[in-house]
Amino acid sequence: MTKPPLLLRPFQLVGKATIGALRGLGNLAIFCGSVIWAALTPRWYLGEIGRQMLRIGFYSLPVVGLAAVFIGAALALNIYVGGARFNAEQFVPTIVVLGITRELGPVITGLMLAGRVSAGIAAEVGAMRVTEQIDALTTLSASPKRYLYAPRLIAAILTLPLLVVIADIIGVAGGWLVGVGSLGFDSTVYLRNTLDFLRIEDVSAGLIKASVFGAVIALMGCYQGDRSQAGATGVGRAATLSMVSAAVLVLAFNYILSTIFVGLGL
Amino acid sequence: MSDKILELKGVEKRFGANHVLRGVDLDVAPGTSLVVIGGSGSGKSVMLKNALGLMTPDAGSIMFDGADVTHAKDKTRDAMRARIGMLFQSAALFDSLSVWENVAFRLIHIDRMKRKAAKELAIETLRKVRLGPDTAMLRPAEISGGMQKRVGLARAIVSQPDLIFFDEPTTGLDPITADAINDLILEQVEALGAATISITHDMPSARKIADEIAMLFEGKIIWRGPAAEVDSSGNAYVEQFVQGLAEGPIQPGF
Repeated sequence: MTKPPLLLRPFQLVGKATIGALRGLGNLAIFCGSVIWAALTPRWYLGEIGRQMLRIGFYSLPVVGLAAVFIGAALALNIYVGGARFNAEQFVPTIVVLGITRELGPVITGLMLAGRVSAGIAAEVGAMRVTEQIDALTTLSASPKRYLYAPRLIAAILTLPLLVVIADIIGVAGGWLVGVGSLGFDSTVYLRNTLDFLRIEDVSAGLIKASVFGAVIALMGCYQGDRSQAGATGVGRAATLSMVSAAVLVLAFNYILSTIFVGLGL
Repeated sequence: MSDKILELKGVEKRFGANHVLRGVDLDVAPGTSLVVIGGSGSGKSVMLKNALGLMTPDAGSIMFDGADVTHAKDKTRDAMRARIGMLFQSAALFDSLSVWENVAFRLIHIDRMKRKAAKELAIETLRKVRLGPDTAMLRPAEISGGMQKRVGLARAIVSQPDLIFFDEPTTGLDPITADAINDLILEQVEALGAATISITHDMPSARKIADEIAMLFEGKIIWRGPAAEVDSSGNAYVEQFVQGLAEGPIQPGF
């Protein structure tokens, strides 16, 4: 390709970057569309879905539980201190439960799984790509999208809401521990205030978010792993990219979904 | 069945400015063994991936048993792959599955055979490549490189294919294990009556398993002849490659 005159070089660079970005977006959209289609249509590899549910859901319980208990505890402390400025300490249980169920439960679970699950999927798929295991699957007439990616997507969409329910319970329990243990709340009053102000919409909004985050986490892991370059550096880069992109997208979708839910009065 | 199980006609493939295949013409008849030799970067693996449908050529055509499969879609491609076995250079065994599950993968997931029957057939096939039932329960990471190649061979032959591809079947193995793999390939291919296409740098292996040898250089087949004539080809490129000389028309790949 001939080089353009010096004055036109910036335009060439901008054009090249734009085309590259659009091509990347197009590839991502095609990949996600085909994996979602594979997840929605038979054939489903039920054993593989079960195995992935165990890996994504069950094995993430410790990290999600620990994160939730500390977030709930810290939230209770901070709301207590902030609320004391205008004599609103009694709202600690209510704000903790709303904050956890509507926002922090799904977001913390999503972020923790962006690190643990998305990067793990990218590393696993990337290693399979560079060791020709994905080519081997194809030569055995098994579609990688159906056998590898769709089960991970389905498992993440199904297990994230379950993890968020558990994170919600543990997060509220973290707030209760601090509230009763060090802020002087009566246990019965704390729990009554928690339950009295909690509505089903608060929990369901969090669960819908969780499913969307699950899809984002699985798709980013599969996409980055699938396009992984050869070698340890390539696989490592795929894991890093998947974690970063999944985390950013979790936060972006959290805002978008919150806006939609508020608009719908949820 | 066509007189050629696989035919590549004028196959071209480029990656950006890198023109890897520049019109490859190659065919193999049922029951015969063709070995493609060539230096690193000569396009052997790309040719194999095009033949398998893992890549689509930019130009040219690929015929499988008389049918054009160059741009074949899912069902046609799957029907073709059902008649093909492939032994990858790294064996490419699935880490998450046991040895027998690797061998029986197609039987269970594609042919929908019952797990018990598939396991029995996998163990029987493993026995053919000199691996006992105790190995069947292990994971690929728990066995040696030579054993992984044998498991890969078992996976390639378990569904009794008409055509088997071998990608560097002896690379990374010691000479004794490599020779044992060559013997197994010969034995199993003879038993199946399958056609084979192997790509390799390993001349002792090529001489042993080939009926015919073809040399790929700069994206084209520059010589093809009976294996017995490879040492007297009269082609300067083939002679340099076969004798492993640094001096000659082929520049070392660095």
